[in-house]
Amino acid sequence: MKLAGRKTNTIIILSIFTALFIYPIVAVVSISISHVEDIYTFGYRIIPKSISWDAYKYIFASPQQLFSSYRVSIIVTVLGTLLGLLIMSMLAFSLSRKNFKFKRPLTYFVFFTIIFNPGLVPWYINIAQTLGMKNTYLALIVPYLVWGWFTMLLRTFFASIPEELFESCEMDGANQFTVFFRITLPLSKPALASVGLLMMLRYWNDWFLGLLYINNTELMPLQLWLYNIMVNIEEMSRVAADAGVIETINFPSESARMAMAVLAAGPILLVLPFFQKYFVKGITVGSIKG
Amino acid sequence: MVKTRKTLSRRKSGKTFEYLILTLPGVFLLFIIQYLPLNGLVLAFKDFRYDVGLWGSKWIGFKNFKFLFESITAFRIIRNTLLLNSLFIVTSIVGSLIIALLLYQINNRSLIKVFQTSMFLPYFLSWPVTAFITFAFLNADLGLLNRIIIFFGFKSILWYNDPAYWPWLLTIINFWKVVGYNVIIFYAAMMAIGKSLFEAAKIDGANSFTINRKIILPSIAPVIVMMIFLKLGRIFFADFGLFFMVTRDSGLLYPTTDVIDTFILRTIRVTGDIGIGTAVGLYQSVCGLIVVLLSNFAIKKLSSGNEIL
Repeated sequence: MKLAGRKTNTIIILSIFTALFIYPIVAVVSISISHVEDIYTFGYRIIPKSISWDAYKYIFASPQQLFSSYRVSIIVTVLGTLLGLLIMSMLAFSLSRKNFKFKRPLTYFVFFTIIFNPGLVPWYINIAQTLGMKNTYLALIVPYLVWGWFTMLLRTFFASIPEELFESCEMDGANQFTVFFRITLPLSKPALASVGLLMMLRYWNDWFLGLLYINNTELMPLQLWLYNIMVNIEEMSRVAADAGVIETINFPSESARMAMAVLAAGPILLVLPFFQKYFVKGITVGSIKG
Repeated sequence: MVKTRKTLSRRKSGKTFEYLILTLPGVFLLFIIQYLPLNGLVLAFKDFRYDVGLWGSKWIGFKNFKFLFESITAFRIIRNTLLLNSLFIVTSIVGSLIIALLLYQINNRSLIKVFQTSMFLPYFLSWPVTAFITFAFLNADLGLLNRIIIFFGFKSILWYNDPAYWPWLLTIINFWKVVGYNVIIFYAAMMAIGKSLFEAAKIDGANSFTINRKIILPSIAPVIVMMIFLKLGRIFFADFGLFFMVTRDSGLLYPTTDVIDTFILRTIRVTGDIGIGTAVGLYQSVCGLIVVLLSNFAIKKLSSGNEIL
């Protein structure tokens, strides 16, 4: 009986914790659907006095920038994740094979990038000037394509596939491309899902590459646009002007701001619960032995 | 006999060739993105001018490094980086251990899943979104926090103007963002402990506190140690998003929120002191490398087999 009581206490404590974690997210959603007059009278509230969809209506009245930024973020995320996953798996596959002559030096080659980086300034100048990627999609995709850490993670996964499978396949005269595409990839779906999701998250949530290399509004990723809204009042009034609001007073800027945060975070939060299993797998394998 | 050996060796070299082709795109990308910038490190010893470029700029020896040892700003950014990161490591590790231990006490699987997913949610939010959330709390007139403060009869606080609050605010925000991730790791490690140990302990009359201290914590010690060292290895690197986005890069807050990374970003975007930025970055990378090697050495000494390198 005493044990059951303690369990209830534990559940209560954890529930309070969980509520505190969720509270900020709920708050932002609530503010985005609050009446703007209520906001000015009562401040931001966790439970709206009355519900209003004005913020979303205004944003979707002229969604040019929203849609353009969504398009950029989707293109970057899809291309980056798929390409990166393919390139890293090919590299990791070779590094995982015992009979690959250059396995050791190339592993060191990858590993060095994990423990040492030349610093932000040379990295910036290299991409902006030497490679000339400023204001192109390349600047948003290429820098994050290959990660030493993810490559090592995939290598660990691939190395756990039984050697006999490869041997019998090679006996039949298959070349390494066949072994890679027909055996390794299909057998590693969970690993690919884990790394792929982490890559997706990284691309979707990235604002840093945009901040450094993009000053063209057509190529502005979603998260960078959100940042611009935060720092520039003008950006917000530009949205208002696009929406045909002549007097900025009418524009529900307080709730619209939060509505945009909801629109930017939404897709990822909707995807998460379905794939949590793979995230957990990727995280725990990566941490328990690299 | 001779023939088979020949085909074998041909097959072997063919195999090497195939492997190399598979590694080619990855090696090429790592080369242009991670290795090519290494030559930019010469900037640390140059007075960089955009018009003459990397190689045209004048050599000035160690002048850029002087900044590191003589300016107050350098002292401030290094101190802030190290102190705040230490604070983050301690709070997030201890906090997630406690939460994982609590989770481990309950058996209701669907409840565990709800708790874990909810705590994991913040990890998925981008820093700009997190900055908006923070703003909803700290906004001077409308913010949730000031409304509560006023409700209790105190004066509202201008959060974005006063650096004194920010070490704690940043610690809380960092905690909120990363704890779910750590909890998953610790909880997974706890689930891997053999159940027989607990039964034996229960028969011996151990209470849950003793079980926590004598069985669970020692069993997952390697994971804890590894998490600490992984974070220690990054102690010279600050999270850009947290320090740049969440503080809204407010100059008033620099005394407690300016870190090495945000400083270097400013040399690129604002001040244009490329040489100093490179020098500080090189200092950061070298210190980071030393810490990684040291902590790996320490893990090797403490528990051989758990080292990461």
